[in-house]
Amino acid sequence: MKINKIIDLIEGKIVEGEHYSEENITRIFASDLMSDVLTIKTEEPLLLITGLSNLQTIRTCEMSDIKAIIFVRGKKSTEDMRKLAAENDMILIETPFSMYRTSGILYNAGILPLY
Amino acid sequence: MDFEYQIEGGDFTNAGATSSAVKKILKQLGVNPEIIKRTVVALYEAEVNIVAHAYRGSIIVNLEDHKISIKLIDEGPGIEDIEKAMEQGYSTASQKVREMGFGAGMGFSNMKTNTDSLIVNSSPGIGTTVEIINYF
Repeated sequence: MKINKIIDLIEGKIVEGEHYSEENITRIFASDLMSDVLTIKTEEPLLLITGLSNLQTIRTCEMSDIKAIIFVRGKKSTEDMRKLAAENDMILIETPFSMYRTSGILYNAGILPLY
Repeated sequence: MDFEYQIEGGDFTNAGATSSAVKKILKQLGVNPEIIKRTVVALYEAEVNIVAHAYRGSIIVNLEDHKISIKLIDEGPGIEDIEKAMEQGYSTASQKVREMGFGAGMGFSNMKTNTDSLIVNSSPGIGTTVEIINYF
């Protein structure tokens, strides 16, 4: 599913990487535990749903080759986070919806889970 | 080729900067993406460990045609019981480290999964040395 469509479904907005909004995402993982994110193994374009908003969230996704991140429940990214995301060609999205609601909507829309 | 990086304990703003630099070097060299990912995930776990537990450390990266070896040497409290530290779920991480999304006791086992060779040595009260080797 294209990032643009995901944004519509979760009433989100892109705060970094607007020019990647036509990118396609095929799998989603949701976690606040970065140690768990680091164990992921996939070669498909992956998106992370998380409530953890700090620099290490971006670093973890950089190491794990995760293309896009949705911050739930209105969690805001900082300028440092957006800068690091831009350096790594990532897309950062913010949504007012909870992790449960965001996951439910995107699961129902047909995006596959990882495990 | 040898590269050396310095790490400050407690500096969460820069935690991962070395792993990021190594990832860029491996990409430039055209190393297989799967091996790049395995290497940088293991290195990142080890780098975060220095920031989370030690006072300071250095990371020495040695690159050969078909092999990368990374030595992480820190000055810190060391590990009393390495076998226990390797157990999944065991962690001595502070609340601050947990707030960063780490400290679940998964680091060492994930490092093992992502390396061809992992050697951990520690002297309590002095520091810890971790050596990671991956073959291309």
